[in-house]
Amino acid sequence: MLTVTSIGRSFGDHQVLDGVSFEVRAGRMTGFLGANGSGKTTTMRIVLGVLAAHSGTVTWDGAPVTGAVRQRFGYMPEERGLYPKMGVAEQIAWLGRLHGLDKATAQRNTARLLEELELDHRAEDRLEELSLGNQQRAQIAAALVHDPVLLILDEPFSGLDPIAVETVLGVLRERASAGVPVLFSSHQLSVVERLCDDVVIISGGKIAASGARDELRTRYGTPRFELVVASDAGWVRDVPGVRVVDVDGPRAVFELLEPDADQVVLGTALGRGPVRGFSPVVPTLDEIFMEAI
Amino acid sequence: MTTGKQSFTTATRLIAEREIKTFLRSKGFWIGLAVIVLGLFAMSVLPTVLGGDQTKVAAVGSKAVEVMAGSGLEVRQVDDVEAARALVRDEEVEAAVVPDDGGTSATGVRVIALNDPPVDVLASLRTTPPVDLLDASEVGQGVRQLVIMVFALVFLMFGMGGTAIAQSTVTEKQTRIVEILVSTVPVRALLAGKIAGHTLLTLGQVAVIAIVAPLALSLGGHSQLLALIAPALGWFVPFLLLGFVLLASMWAVAGSLVSRQEDLGSSMGLVVMLVIGPYFGVMFFADNATVMTVLSFVPFSSAIAMPVRLFAGQAQAWEALVAMGLLAATVVVIVLLASKVYSGSLMHTGGKLALAKAWAGRDNTQA
Repeated sequence: MLTVTSIGRSFGDHQVLDGVSFEVRAGRMTGFLGANGSGKTTTMRIVLGVLAAHSGTVTWDGAPVTGAVRQRFGYMPEERGLYPKMGVAEQIAWLGRLHGLDKATAQRNTARLLEELELDHRAEDRLEELSLGNQQRAQIAAALVHDPVLLILDEPFSGLDPIAVETVLGVLRERASAGVPVLFSSHQLSVVERLCDDVVIISGGKIAASGARDELRTRYGTPRFELVVASDAGWVRDVPGVRVVDVDGPRAVFELLEPDADQVVLGTALGRGPVRGFSPVVPTLDEIFMEAI
Repeated sequence: MTTGKQSFTTATRLIAEREIKTFLRSKGFWIGLAVIVLGLFAMSVLPTVLGGDQTKVAAVGSKAVEVMAGSGLEVRQVDDVEAARALVRDEEVEAAVVPDDGGTSATGVRVIALNDPPVDVLASLRTTPPVDLLDASEVGQGVRQLVIMVFALVFLMFGMGGTAIAQSTVTEKQTRIVEILVSTVPVRALLAGKIAGHTLLTLGQVAVIAIVAPLALSLGGHSQLLALIAPALGWFVPFLLLGFVLLASMWAVAGSLVSRQEDLGSSMGLVVMLVIGPYFGVMFFADNATVMTVLSFVPFSSAIAMPVRLFAGQAQAWEALVAMGLLAATVVVIVLLASKVYSGSLMHTGGKLALAKAWAGRDNTQA
C-alpha cells in the first residue's frame, strides 16, 4: 500500500501542493481527479522520486520509499517518451532490465506484454515508425514490463481510441486484480467513473475528497429520485418536503428536503394514476467532483 | 536515494551498454573511424608512394663525389665543409659527405647530418662512414611537428566526439524518457553510464588506431619513426582517456542545460573552447618551451602537451606523473560538480538553464 502523508511542494513563491495525503490500496484502481494545474502530475512525480517534496513523506507498506523500492514501481508519465530510434521490443526489454529484471525474464515479459497489447507484429520496428496510438501502447508496456508492485499512470487513456482504451483497461484490471495498487489520473470523469474503486480528488494543491467511489457518492450526493408517470408530472412541485430539480413532461427529478418525503411523492403519484418508473438517482462523479472542489 | 551499490553498478552498466549499442549502429561513428584509419594510411603511405623529392646530399671534395656517384641521390657539390654544414643546418640537404681528416673512416669520408643519422644516405654507401650530428636532439624537427599534429588532431576528434554525450542527454530530455529513467535509477548512474559508455567507445577507437598506426607506418617504411613514437603513445593513451572523461562530464552537463537539440549550440560553447583551446595552444606554441611546460601541467591541455613534451624528450617521467595526477584530481572534482549540476538541470524544461540555477535546483530530484 502506498501512503502519501501531508506532502507539500512549491515552485518559487507558488505553492503547488499543500498537505496532500491519501492512500493507494492493494488490488484497487484509484482514480486521481483534478482540474489542469491542480497538482496531479506534481504529486505523481514526487511519489516517483522525479521531484523532491519540500515536506511530508511517501511510504510503501509503512517504510519510506527508497531507490530500491522505487525501482519496482511502474510509471507512465504524462509527457510520453521512449527512445524514438530504438526498436520497440528492444527498448521495453532494456527498460525491464533497468528495473532489475534479468535479460531472459525481461525478454519473456516483453513478448507477452506486446502480445497482450496487440503490438507483437510491430516488435522489431523502431518506435518512431509506429502510429501515436501504438506508441502509447508501447509506453504502457514499458510501465508494466517489470511486473511492478505499484502502478502510477498519468492520463493513461488520453490519445487512445475506444478499442485501445478497452485493451489497456483489460491489462490494468488484470494487474489490479492480482493485488497491484493502481493510481491513475484522468480528466475524463466518465472513464474514471467506470474504472476506479477509489477516488482521490485534488483541487488547488489540496485534497478535496478521497475514499471509495461508492462511499463518496453517498457522502457528497444529496439523495435524488426520478419519477415517471403517465401524464404531466408538474404537480410534484407542490409536494411539501421535496425540491424539484427538473421536470420534463411526465418525468420529474427531485431532491429530498425531509427524510421519507419520497414515499409521500410515490403515494401521491399512485393516487393520481399509473406510475411508470420510480428510482433513486446515483450522483455521477461529475457532480461529486463539482461539489467537492 | 539509498539504492544498493549493486544496483548502481548494474544501472550504470545498462546505461553504458545502451549508449554503446546505439553508437555502434550509427553511420556517423563508422564513417568517423574510417576517416581516421584512412587518414593514417594516407599520411604514412602516400609520401612514399608519390616519391616526393629525391634526397639531396652535399658533397665536399672529389673523394666524396666519387663515393656518392651511383648512389641515386641528388648530389650537390660545394666548396668547403663550412658551406656544407650551412646547407645541412638550413635543411637544404639531408646530409653532407665531407673528407675525413682523422683517418678513422675506411672510405675516407664522414657524414654530417642535423638530427638523425640519414638512413637513405648511409644505405647508399657500401661501408658506413662515421656520422657527425649538428643538433643531436632525440627527435628531428619534421617528425616532431608531425607527431604534435597527430596527437592534437586525435585529441580534437575525441574531444569533439563528446558532443554525442550532449546529444544523447538532450534526446532523453526532449523525448521525456528521462522521467522514466530518473524514476528508475539514480541520476548519478545515468551520468556515470553515459561517461563510461562513451569512454569505452573512445578506448575502442584508440585501440583500433593503436593497431592501425604501426601497420600504416611500417607499410610506409617508417619503422624507425614507430620505435620513436611507441613510448610517447604509451603516455598519450592514458592522458587522452583521462582528458576524455573530463570533457565527457562537461558535455553531459552541456546537454542537460537545454531541452531541445536546437538549443544545444548555446550551451556547448564553453566545452568547445576547452577542446579547441588546448588544440590550438599546442599547435601554435609547440616551439615555445615555457608555454609548452605550462600547458603540459594545466588539465585539459596537459592531455596533449605532456605526451608531446615527453616525445620530444623535454620532460621527465616525474613531470608526466605529476601532470597525470593533476588531471586525475581535476577529473574527480569536475565529475562530482557535473553530477550535481546534471541532477539539478535534468528535469528542467523550457529554455536554456543558467548554470547557477541548475546548481541551486539540485534538490529537484532525489538522486
